[in-house]
Amino acid sequence: MNLKLWISCGVAALATSAAAQDSNALAVDGEALLTEAAAPLHMENVDTIYSGWRFRASETQALQSDDFDNPGMIFVDQAIDLWAKVDGSEGKSCASCHENVEDFAGLRPTLPRVEDGELVTMENIINECRTERMGAEPWKWSKGNMTAMTALIGLQSRGMPVNVAIDGDAAPFWEKGKELYYTRVGQLDMACSNCHEDNYGTMIRADHLSQGQINGFPTYRLKNAKLNSSHGRFKGCMKNIRATPFKEGGEEFKALELYLASRGEGLAVETPSVRN
Amino acid sequence: MKCVFRTAIVAALAANPGFADGVKPVDVAFVEGAVEASLTGVAGDAAAGREVFADRKQGNCLACHANTDWSEQSFHGEVGPTMDGVADRWSEAELRAIVANSKMVFEGTIMPAFYIDAGYTRALEKFEGKSILSAQQVEDVVAYLITLKEE
Ligand code: HEC
Ligand code: HEC
Repeated sequence: MNLKLWISCGVAALATSAAAQDSNALAVDGEALLTEAAAPLHMENVDTIYSGWRFRASETQALQSDDFDNPGMIFVDQAIDLWAKVDGSEGKSCASCHENVEDFAGLRPTLPRVEDGELVTMENIINECRTERMGAEPWKWSKGNMTAMTALIGLQSRGMPVNVAIDGDAAPFWEKGKELYYTRVGQLDMACSNCHEDNYGTMIRADHLSQGQINGFPTYRLKNAKLNSSHGRFKGCMKNIRATPFKEGGEEFKALELYLASRGEGLAVETPSVRN
Repeated sequence: MKCVFRTAIVAALAANPGFADGVKPVDVAFVEGAVEASLTGVAGDAAAGREVFADRKQGNCLACHANTDWSEQSFHGEVGPTMDGVADRWSEAELRAIVANSKMVFEGTIMPAFYIDAGYTRALEKFEGKSILSAQQVEDVVAYLITLKEE
């Protein structure tokens, strides 16, 4: 019995090493982006962290290396129009209060963050402007206008290293996210860690498992030809293991977003990334 | 009408020489990583088990296990060991245990338990209280795995 167990583990280990992340380097329009870094100290089971880009096929990778080829940029262009569009009872647009979207360089890598005891994501900040300052309707978490705007604002930080606060006020949210990451759910009874920590680098049917990093979100997926929020991706992974997903924008997914962001500390922001 | 329908089902169950729907998941007897008795008393159908192995909505075993016997399909997973020669490594009773509930054999494994209907949380409503495979499907898969010999 024991011997058999060892043999099967050996075979599994071999399969793992055969198909790890590749060694390609990502540059967008000539500017190098860091897709690999030493794992932050709080990660106990991983030494090196890699962007999901390193696990994609070379054709998919190529789409992200040139902004003209990146289909996500079409939505960024749409967001530039939205930026200047007046909406709501106050007769204002984003541009009425924020002169240049470039001023948001440096914001993406620090989100989510705690404000007045609440964990806030970029979607929360955008909707707060819409409801409190513009008198406009909030945008839905994963709808096109929201993902386009989070892409435009995220793009201003492209290349900057992810750097979220996880101590102080943020600690309880981070702990909650960590617990969710390691909790098995669904009829298939799996945790995020089972796939993205224990088995990254292996094929799961036609998919090459990555570390499930979120430094490239929102991400353009060839599968649905639109920008996808990180919460949308969490939801998809939960449904795949036949689990009832948490709510997009809810406390659980926000905590998970903070925890995942912290697992990517040091990776470059790649927004908008391209995935299959 | 309803009554007649019920009677028909009961008759069909009674006609089954085994245990109707099979042994309940909680009653499956694991002894040192093996389940000796068939879950249904009906011999497994290896051809049906082969289909369950690859079907994404059923076993989806191919998602994690490469298997030369399924070479007509191009995407084989690498999360678990290859199934080539699996019957040389494990007995029928051990394979039944691994498929029914791999956690009874491999501690902390990622491999789902295919014949449990409780003990997991937050399942999508349509899967709540159900096992991934039926007792007979487990028997079919075991009958199929037993054919995968190399020696
Ligand atoms: C059964 C395996 C499995 C489980 C469990 C799983 N995922 Fe995934 N996940 C995948 C696959 C396959 C992909 C697509 C390939 C890739 O990027 O890894 C993916 C992709 C992702 C991505 C996109 C990465 C990128 O670079 O675009 C994120 C983020 C992610 N998963 C997060 C999660 C979270 C959070 C959980 C738990 C709630 C989870 N996953 C559970 C299989 C899984
Ligand atoms: C999500 C991944 C996954 C799925 C799906 C899966 N398995 Fe496994 N399986 C594993 C892993 C990993 C192991 C190795 C045990 C361990 O270390 O956890 C394993 C081990 C086994 C073994 C023992 C193999 C050996 O040589 O030691 C058998 C037999 C097996 N699985 C059969 C199946 C069958 C049949 C199905 C579908 C009905 C299936 N598995 C579905 C991951 C999976």
